[in-house]
Amino acid sequence: MTMVQALGLYNYWVVVFLMMTGFYIVIARRNLIKSILGLNIFQTSVFLLYISMGKIDGATAPIVPPDIAAAAAHHGDHHSDHHGHGEHAGHGVVDHGVDHGVDGATEIAHEAAHSATGYVAMTGIDAENIVYSNPLPSVLMLTAIVVGIATTALALALIVRVREDYGTVEEDEILQINQEEWAAGRERAAKKKKASPGVSAR
Amino acid sequence: MTAIDVAILLFLAITAVTIARIRDLWAAVMFTGIYSFLSASWMLLLDAPDVSFTEAAVGAGISTVLMLSTLALTGTTEKASGAKFRPIPFMVVVLTGCMLIYGTLDMPQIGDPSDPIHIHPSPSFVERTQGDMHGLPNVVTAVLGSYRGYDTLGETTVVFTAGIAVLLILRRGKEEDSKTGGRPGSAAASGDNA
Repeated sequence: MTMVQALGLYNYWVVVFLMMTGFYIVIARRNLIKSILGLNIFQTSVFLLYISMGKIDGATAPIVPPDIAAAAAHHGDHHSDHHGHGEHAGHGVVDHGVDHGVDGATEIAHEAAHSATGYVAMTGIDAENIVYSNPLPSVLMLTAIVVGIATTALALALIVRVREDYGTVEEDEILQINQEEWAAGRERAAKKKKASPGVSAR
Repeated sequence: MTAIDVAILLFLAITAVTIARIRDLWAAVMFTGIYSFLSASWMLLLDAPDVSFTEAAVGAGISTVLMLSTLALTGTTEKASGAKFRPIPFMVVVLTGCMLIYGTLDMPQIGDPSDPIHIHPSPSFVERTQGDMHGLPNVVTAVLGSYRGYDTLGETTVVFTAGIAVLLILRRGKEEDSKTGGRPGSAAASGDNA
């Protein structure tokens, strides 16, 4: 394995380390709240794993520069208003055809590139050759984050409830209390059994 | 891989280990907030600003608040015996970690435009949204709200269900307390009723 290859996988290794730290907290720590913290760390490292997969070298965030977007908006819907973006008055996009499928995008980018002012002209970025990172992992992880906070909230509510009943949030103490109860319950059941034949005989 | 990347990753690792080792739960929760914030920063470097904002708001914000309010109800220190080093879980974790790292050796290089993940949905969503969404600049929003709209609806359902469940769980505790006149720390009574 060369140095370059190792650098290309470095992100994954750090993510694996973080994941395993979270995993260790979950299985080794007896405090319920601490386990939830571990679960959160694990979760966040999974987000990082997905997000680093979506990264492309030399790319930018998947947000289209306002010029190009506005040009697409003109292209798609001639009636929409664009008072906020007055600078692309001279596009002549109104005369363009009705076809705005996938091919339309390049055309739009082309138009925007030729506009005299605005983001593309100012930054000197070639509008047709902007490389965007992959938006799909971001979308999936947005969903995962929100679901994650929902489950965390639920777990914390359960912990509060456990604390109300058991008076502790330490796993081993809870197990001990459960065992004592179970033993006490069996004893009582045995006593009842012993007592009941005598009652029926009388 | 810049110096900032390396620094953030290093801080992330240190923070995670600290959370595992520290016994004071207040401090651990605060470190979790730091951890979330650091990962949000790294996500920004990885070209995912939407996820970064959400992580900063939800992970470092809401989640920390929820944790702190739970701590206020349950007590703030972990038992001393619970925080000591445990060899068997450690072995399990090291083994799993080694397996995962072995698995990453087959993974494509990070940042390579020819990775399968960047090739498969073709043409890419970036091109498609420009026509479909009439120039919505943020592609992530377009995919989240439209192409994966049902997924987002499902997510909302999950959050709604979780919210109701939290309300029910916390309210049930209060009702029982008022019915029985409250029995702090007693598990025996509820166990008997069952």
